[in-house]
Amino acid sequence: MSAAETRTARPAISPPDTAPLVEIEGLGRVFDLSKRWLNRVLDGSGKVMLTAVDGVSLSIERGGTYALVGESGSGKSTIAKMVVGLLPPTSGSVHIAGADIWAERGLARQRQLHRRIQMIFQDPYASLNPRWRVGSILAEPIKAFGLAADAAAREARVGELLSLVGLDPRDSAKFPHEFSGGQRQRIAIARALASEPEFIVCDEPTSALDVSVQAQVLNLLRDLQQRLGLTYLFISHNLAVVRHMATRVGVLYLGRLVEEAPARELFAAPKHPYTKMLLDAVPDIGMEGVERPSIAGEIPNPINPPSGCHFHPRCPHVMPQCRTVVPPSYAVGDAKVLCHLYDGTDHAGTARSAP
Amino acid sequence: MTATLSVRNLRVEIPTRHGVLTAIDDLSFDIAPGEVLGVVGESGAGKSITGSAIIGLLDPPGRIAGGEILLGGERIDNLAPPAMRRVRGKRIGMIFQDPLTSLNPLYRVGDQLTQTILTHEKMTARAALDKAERLLVEVGIPAAGARLSSYPHQFSGGMRQRVVIALALAADPELVVADEPTTALDVSVQAQVISLLKRLCKDRGASVMLITHDMGVIAETADRVCVLYAGRLAEIGKVRDVVKHPQHPYTHGLMTAIPSLKGDPDARLEQIPGSMPRLGAIPEGCAFNPRCGFRFERCRAERPAAYPTSRSEASCFLLDAAGAAPPPETAAAARAAGIEVRAGAPTGADA
Ligand SMILES: Nc1ncnc2c1ncn2[C@@H]1O[C@H](COP(=O)(O)OP(=O)(O)OP(=O)(O)O)[C@@H](O)[C@H]1O
Ligand SMILES: Nc1ncnc2c1ncn2[C@@H]1O[C@H](COP(=O)(O)OP(=O)(O)OP(=O)(O)O)[C@@H](O)[C@H]1O
Ligand SMILES: [Mg+2]
Ligand SMILES: [Mg+2]
Repeated sequence: MSAAETRTARPAISPPDTAPLVEIEGLGRVFDLSKRWLNRVLDGSGKVMLTAVDGVSLSIERGGTYALVGESGSGKSTIAKMVVGLLPPTSGSVHIAGADIWAERGLARQRQLHRRIQMIFQDPYASLNPRWRVGSILAEPIKAFGLAADAAAREARVGELLSLVGLDPRDSAKFPHEFSGGQRQRIAIARALASEPEFIVCDEPTSALDVSVQAQVLNLLRDLQQRLGLTYLFISHNLAVVRHMATRVGVLYLGRLVEEAPARELFAAPKHPYTKMLLDAVPDIGMEGVERPSIAGEIPNPINPPSGCHFHPRCPHVMPQCRTVVPPSYAVGDAKVLCHLYDGTDHAGTARSAP
Repeated sequence: MTATLSVRNLRVEIPTRHGVLTAIDDLSFDIAPGEVLGVVGESGAGKSITGSAIIGLLDPPGRIAGGEILLGGERIDNLAPPAMRRVRGKRIGMIFQDPLTSLNPLYRVGDQLTQTILTHEKMTARAALDKAERLLVEVGIPAAGARLSSYPHQFSGGMRQRVVIALALAADPELVVADEPTTALDVSVQAQVISLLKRLCKDRGASVMLITHDMGVIAETADRVCVLYAGRLAEIGKVRDVVKHPQHPYTHGLMTAIPSLKGDPDARLEQIPGSMPRLGAIPEGCAFNPRCGFRFERCRAERPAAYPTSRSEASCFLLDAAGAAPPPETAAAARAAGIEVRAGAPTGADA
């Protein structure tokens, strides 16, 4: 593993090591769902806009794992795509190691940035080309970024990557369909590692896997992080998995980051009423026989979200201002919370008494 | 008391071009009246096939090749298709993962409910419509009366699944077979739907067979759980026992592999090496033996039966009081994992 270790030792580019690797500022994305303008004129329908991500700011420490959680449609994957450079934001910025990935000029600089950021998707089969042998799948980024001197060095690196994710170097001659789901996800991880990235975005990396295989993949991601000093943005709707992986957690609700805190704190003392509701809702093996408070309502329509705080129609602590005023971000200890309960005045008899 | 459902030595085969695959092999379990039995296992373990065999809807060429299925003491596995159709819907309600497979997108929700009610019960159309509305109210659909004339696509995913529950309960069945009823739903809605299903079945005294790969759902909902591995029974017992004191090495591995909201978040997850075999390649002897940390000689040669322990029943030779002893280190390791090793112990007692 000496090769891998020397790679870790690569000096960081511009800012000193203590600065966060990833800085996301006011990130937003609006999708235009309207029909073509001509049809709109003909049937008199207006413009339909969907705000998938709304003013999200967060930063990720080097070697840390930032987890994004939230219900389906809350904007997790949209953020991931903007962070890796697959989808342009409508507002805000993403800096990685000091470079603004959406403002970077020059193809060479952009390619260098993209090499350092990789992504792992939920469905390991859909993301691997079924007609390529595993060896070619892994060699492609090595070739594209000129990371090996010659074919022999490339082949050696492919073998090394396969061993790194717990597969046999001889597996490089096989096709993706010859592997089980968990093994395919290992291949997808090996491919992400092939370009020697510092930062990997994992979008639901184990959601398609069985629990016994999920444990293999989660352990592997943690081992690789320690060995290679990787930084992760980890997306999952499974809170138990997030608790096991994350150093910091952000909770999304209809595109807004409603709470952000160190993982331990978030799970021990959730602050936002939505976070509390989510934690109460998850079925968990540690909780057999627990009677749960029933949860009110479902995630509302993102095209026409509730005014003020998006969560107010489901919130047990709703106050008049929640219906009209978008809550700002309040710092509560190490956490940031978008909730009027934390505006500093005393809302007697409300959730403040809980934690 | 007669079990609501009794599955005896069920064997399901799937003839293919490469020979006959055994998808379910010698599976037996009972569901008592009013009981919720969880059925868990990895993808491909045979959960859905078991459910389909019970409701008489095995996809051809799959077929029941052995054993019996009894509903309220009467055999239903050998009924002619029209008789089985009457059992299904009337005596057994069904809920599938995708609500759209149970709901016809072209019919109003109210019409689908009243049709189901009228097929199985003699009453006037007016009375059936009233019952349909009561059912929608019971499953928590707001403005139920007005919603009777809505089409399925006008509901959110969670609401659709509640309509499906209403449909499954429309004829007051004795048994509800629910196959991954919440897998397609959001985490926050999952808990709602599961607790609703549980409450309604309890109120009616209906038994439930709840198929899922989510151990968390089982832990919170089921009375007993049946763990399948490669089409065979690995372990069956009370949920608390199986979760807290698993006796089969596979169940033990599974429980320690699941991250939980309790416990040390930094502890490494236990992992079971390898993956479940495909149907065509199930190993000789115990199907789990190549992945098992406590394997000994007998496991490669013979197939274990289900042996009772002080808590659950599990198909593992370590538990066979009449069987040969494993090597002492294996026995010690298994005991350290909480398994009541009985093999080779003349008293059968566990210290
Ligand atoms: N290309 C697109 N065009 C229009 N709307 C989109 C597009 N991509 C995403 N959306 C919408 O943006 C919102 C956020 O979607 P996103 O995929 O980020 O959610 P998610 O949190 O990843 O959900 P899931 O858990 O289901 O993966 C959703 O309402 C979705 O319908
Ligand atoms: N028509 C078929 N031909 C061959 N094999 C089949 C056929 N139908 C099902 N199988 C196999 O039978 C086994 C059991 O399938 P089943 O659908 O019951 O699994 P399951 O436990 O419900 O899994 P999941 O969690 O993925 O739903 C699987 O290995 C599957 O590949
Ligand atoms: Mg997504
Ligand atoms: Mg299934």
